[in-house]
Amino acid sequence: MLSEYLPVLIQMITATGLAASMLILSVVLGKSGNQSDIKNSPYECGMLPIGEGQPRFSVKFYMVAMLFVLFDIEVVFMYPWAVVFRDMIVTHTIMFWSMLSFAGILLVAYLYALKKGALNWKE
Amino acid sequence: MEPFIIASIIKIFVMTLLVVLPLVALSSLAERKVSAFIQDRVGPNRVGIPATIFGAKKDIPFLGLIQPLADGLKFILKEDLTPGHVRKFFFILAPVLTMVPAMLTVAVVPFGSTINILGEEVKMVIADLNVGPLYTFAITSLGVYGIVLAGYASNSKYPFLGAVRSSSQMISYEISMGLSVVPVLMVYGELNLSRIALEQDTNGWALLPFSGHGWGTLQQWVLLVPMFISFIIFTVAIFAETNRMPFDLPECETELVGGYHTEYSSMKFAMFFMGEYAAMIIGSGLIITLFLGGWSIPFIPTAEFAKDHWWVGLLQFGCFLTKVIAFIFVFMWVRWTLPRFRFDQLMKLGWVFFFELALVNVFLTALILMWVK
Repeated sequence: MLSEYLPVLIQMITATGLAASMLILSVVLGKSGNQSDIKNSPYECGMLPIGEGQPRFSVKFYMVAMLFVLFDIEVVFMYPWAVVFRDMIVTHTIMFWSMLSFAGILLVAYLYALKKGALNWKE
Repeated sequence: MEPFIIASIIKIFVMTLLVVLPLVALSSLAERKVSAFIQDRVGPNRVGIPATIFGAKKDIPFLGLIQPLADGLKFILKEDLTPGHVRKFFFILAPVLTMVPAMLTVAVVPFGSTINILGEEVKMVIADLNVGPLYTFAITSLGVYGIVLAGYASNSKYPFLGAVRSSSQMISYEISMGLSVVPVLMVYGELNLSRIALEQDTNGWALLPFSGHGWGTLQQWVLLVPMFISFIIFTVAIFAETNRMPFDLPECETELVGGYHTEYSSMKFAMFFMGEYAAMIIGSGLIITLFLGGWSIPFIPTAEFAKDHWWVGLLQFGCFLTKVIAFIFVFMWVRWTLPRFRFDQLMKLGWVFFFELALVNVFLTALILMWVK
């Protein structure tokens, strides 16, 4: 059972090794020039950087992240249901209604978020 | 060693080093060629076989096909600058975290049916997992970390804004992507990508019901509607996940310079680039596997025949590659045709339009499966 995942492990080692070897190669073979304060400063279109490196940003980004967690879990819940749907629906019609009510509950949350303007990026 | 391990090492070697990496290199050239063609230019056509080194009078241009090699060499030889203001560990980790997940997803994409080599049954997929789509979503989500870390570690304004935008874009489209796969899972009743491809080989592709044995059932024809909607949503979501053109806000040059990789140079920048292209290639592979039959040769179901004839496996592999390359061309075509979205349009499209459409689509599929026998 777990042996199915062995190739994934090998693939992971291969990919990481590839990435690491590329990084090392460029460190070894790449030329390095002189360091200076200007060269080391953050890129701001050639001007001297103003303020801190990480400006404050809109709270909406947090909102999207939170909503993502909520709805992504809903999607994951749908997967096992979807896989057995075709075989089970013949005898158990309730499968359809149970998922419809489950999605309905989340739809209420979704409509609430829409109404509150959590997904409105216009302003 | 067990034959299973040897076979998987060979498969990984072939898929990673002989398929994905050369395709990444070639599509970086193809991108410029396609853009040149669309904009009525010539495109790169000089870098060929450097015959002058070996004493010949002229270089052989060779359609500029050696360009990716020259680019790679240049990337490696350039100064590997790590600016003083960055968070060093994360700065180095970020490009690795973009590239590795992109290369990991390739493990579950089947590129052929089961064949017999030296009496051993070999499945033409690196890892035949029973949780294919779940694995893909888990791994592609990791790609977000690379971009967020790049923005965070750079400690500079443009990368930071690019990373914040990118993360919210990618997670927004992940929901519609996840939902758009649900109808496919319902129709095939399967979470194993190789078995989904096999099913499509015998009974017709999701989008082409008459490509298998016979003309397809009535149910398959009616299911074309939700399948097509799913296909559109999934394809658009892959565009958004790979930050390709209509959705390339994370790195839109006019507003954010280079987006999350503004502070990167040399090979580290190249790794972001390669990660993006690898994600594009594997995304095409996923679209094909879910909706267009994967490795299956249209109108000729070959899965049974391939068991005793190993060369059929090569044909299937070729068919898979052809479809992937066709899709890569579509990716480029779209990039050089459509303008970029505004951020509020992008979020509205993802959260309002696609989310609702995908949710309705799930229940539409359920109704069809219940009523149309």
